[in-house]
Amino acid sequence: MGVIHVTDRNGQRHTLEALEGWRVMEIIRDWGLPIEGLCGGACECATCHVFVDDKWLDKLHPPTEEEENQLDTVVSWPNSRLSCQIIWTPELDGLEVTLAPTGN
Amino acid sequence: MTDHIETDVVIIGAGPVGLFAVFELGLLDIKCHLIDILPKAGGQCAELYPEKPIYDIPGFPMVTGQGLVDNLMAQIEPFHPTFHFNEMVESIETLGTPEAPLFRVRTAENGTTFTCKSVIIAAGGGSFQPKKPPIDNIEAYEGTGVFYAVRKMEMFRDKKVLIVGGGDSALDWTVNLQPIARRLTLLHRRDAFRAAPHTVEKMRALVAAGEMDLHLGQVSALKGEPPVLEGAVIRKDDGSEFTVDCDVMLPFFGLTMKLGPIAEWGLNLHENLIPVDTEKFETNVPGIFAIGDINTYPGKLKLILSGFHEGALAAQKVHRYVYPEKKLLFQYTTSSTSLQKKLGVAA
Repeated sequence: MGVIHVTDRNGQRHTLEALEGWRVMEIIRDWGLPIEGLCGGACECATCHVFVDDKWLDKLHPPTEEEENQLDTVVSWPNSRLSCQIIWTPELDGLEVTLAPTGN
Repeated sequence: MTDHIETDVVIIGAGPVGLFAVFELGLLDIKCHLIDILPKAGGQCAELYPEKPIYDIPGFPMVTGQGLVDNLMAQIEPFHPTFHFNEMVESIETLGTPEAPLFRVRTAENGTTFTCKSVIIAAGGGSFQPKKPPIDNIEAYEGTGVFYAVRKMEMFRDKKVLIVGGGDSALDWTVNLQPIARRLTLLHRRDAFRAAPHTVEKMRALVAAGEMDLHLGQVSALKGEPPVLEGAVIRKDDGSEFTVDCDVMLPFFGLTMKLGPIAEWGLNLHENLIPVDTEKFETNVPGIFAIGDINTYPGKLKLILSGFHEGALAAQKVHRYVYPEKKLLFQYTTSSTSLQKKLGVAA
C-alpha cells in the first residue's frame, strides 16, 4: 500500500491511496477526481493526460511510441504522460501528478 | 431542400450497441434509421481502437474493434437499416402522448427530419468533435482566426497560416494549403510525425527549400484583439518562447467525445449520463430509450455486452409502442421459423 498525490485543475492537492497493479488513471478515477479516461486505458484517447512532477519523471518507464503518438493529440510538455500508461507499484509511493487542463 | 423520413425507430449512434439494437428490433419487425456524426459505422470501436483486441465479447475469445463492427454489420444486414452518417441529431420534439409516443427528430447538418414512435440513444460518450486545445481565450477567435476543420481552402488564400499537430490531418493540410497561403508554419511537439510517409517527406522538402517553416513546441498563448488573430506564442521544451505571426491557426489534435445537444432534449441527466430503469432502459421521457455507455443505473458496467443486453430489453418495450395491438411472442432464432425467415435463413 502507498499513496499518490494528485493536484486537480483548481490547484487542490489530494492524497489518494494506491493499489499495486492499478493504472494511475484508474486510481484517480476510482477516487472520483475528474479524469475522463474515455477509451478505458487502451492508450487511444489521451483524456487521462497528467503532468508528472519533475523529480518523479525518471522513475517511470519511458513512454512507448504508442503513448508518444497519443501525446501528440494534446498540448503536452516535457513532463506530460498518460496516466493510463503508468502502472502503480510500491516504488511509486508518493508519486506526484497534476491533472492537465482540457479544452472546452 | 430537407428530407423528411417516417420510420418506427431512430437510433442515435451507430456504435456496436446501436448496431446490435437493429438486430433485436429487426426480429420484432421494427424498422429503424441510424444517425451518426462519424462518416462510418462502429463508433469508438472503429474510430478509437479499430486494431485493438477485445477479449470480453461472449463467443469471441478475441476480436478487434473493427472486426466486431464488421461482424455486427453482417449480422444486421438482413434488416436493411438506413444509415445517416456525418449527421448529428440537434433536437427531439415530442409530438405524441406518454401512452402513444411520437417524436420528430431533426439533424443539424442537413436538417433531415424523422418522425418515429421511439428513439433509442446509443451515443456512447456523446458525439465525436475536434479536440480543442486548452489555450486561454481560444474561443474568442473560433470561426475568425481559429478553425478545427478546413471546409473551403480558398478561405486561407494569402493568409499567414499556422497548423498545429503531427498526424494526417495536420500534414495533409500543410502540403495542400502551403501553395496558396502567404506563409505556412507547421508546429508540432516533436520532430516525429504520425502521417503518411510521403506526405511527411513532401513537408520536409518544402521546409528544406525554405517555402514553409517547421517549429517544435506548443502554443502557449494567442495574440491579437479578438476576434482578429495576429500571432501565436510558441513555447519550446526548454521553456523559451517566441511568436509566430499568423492570421489563422488550424489545430489538428484529433477527435474527442462531447455530450453535445443531448443535454437539451429534456432528459434527466446524471453527470452527463442518462438515468434509465433496468427493465426497459427507458429514460424519463416515455418512448426515448438510452442503451450502452451513455446510460446509468445502479450496478451499471460500461461493457459492450451490457449494451447488447440493454438493447434486447429496450426492443421489447419499443414493440409495445410500434405495435400496440399485437401481443409479443417470445421466440428463439434457433427454433423459430418466422425469425429465421426474417434473417433469410429459413429452410
